[in-house]
Amino acid sequence: MTGSDIIFYILAGLTLGCGVLSVTTRQIFRAAIFLLFSLIGIAGIYFWLDYQFIAAVQIVVYAGGIVVLIIFSIFLTQQAGEKLPKQRLDRKIFSALAVFSAFALAMVQVYQHSFTAPAGEQPVPTVKDIGLKMLNTENGGYALPFEIISMLLLAALVGCIVIALREKL
Amino acid sequence: MQPGLYHILFISGALFFTGVYGFLTRRNLITMLMSIELILNSVNLNFVAFNKYVWPGKMDGLFFTLFIIAIAAAEAAVAIAIIINLYRSHKSIDVENAEDLKY
Repeated sequence: MTGSDIIFYILAGLTLGCGVLSVTTRQIFRAAIFLLFSLIGIAGIYFWLDYQFIAAVQIVVYAGGIVVLIIFSIFLTQQAGEKLPKQRLDRKIFSALAVFSAFALAMVQVYQHSFTAPAGEQPVPTVKDIGLKMLNTENGGYALPFEIISMLLLAALVGCIVIALREKL
Repeated sequence: MQPGLYHILFISGALFFTGVYGFLTRRNLITMLMSIELILNSVNLNFVAFNKYVWPGKMDGLFFTLFIIAIAAAEAAVAIAIIINLYRSHKSIDVENAEDLKY
């Protein structure tokens, strides 16, 4: 058991523990903070896998953007200190049962399949490789999806403003 | 035991079904949105893990992850705009209270 393995298990425990707490706690603000730690744990796993760029994007977009957005919307829509109403027990039990059996089925399928890794050491893609491929217009390049994503973001931006606009009475 | 592809698949599977559990049991729109974020993150983790361990020389998994992150950001923004609008008209963001589409 090396230090790298220990770091991986700590990150895995952080991600899963905070994820479970985030969907089970009855205080909505705590749920948002647990979600934040779960997302940071995933960013740590990306760092552990040597994909620094994805980890940075994960921290900037999720921890810096989406969680802040969620916390602001909690402040706008919830009364302070109020707990979420208790859920019916039968709904919880049946959801947990369904989810656990689906998880067991998926894991049995995964562990029966053997993935073949290619032989030899492969280079880890750097930020330069990602940037060159992102704007490459030749075969295998990602210039067109990149442009479509930028159009989608623009449409989402305009749509958010239109939806949240207060109507004049 | 050396952590490898199967460990990461276990984590992403557990995180995915945690998100599904939250989506099934929660009745508050913001917490349901949080569950969706967990599901999207587990999918991202799967893409990155397969890219790392099965096709290490290629970058397709990385690009799928980047595009999913961008789409998730747009989706969260639109969802929160809708939630705030719903709160204005219904004074509640519980899905049980939002039975009518038109206000």
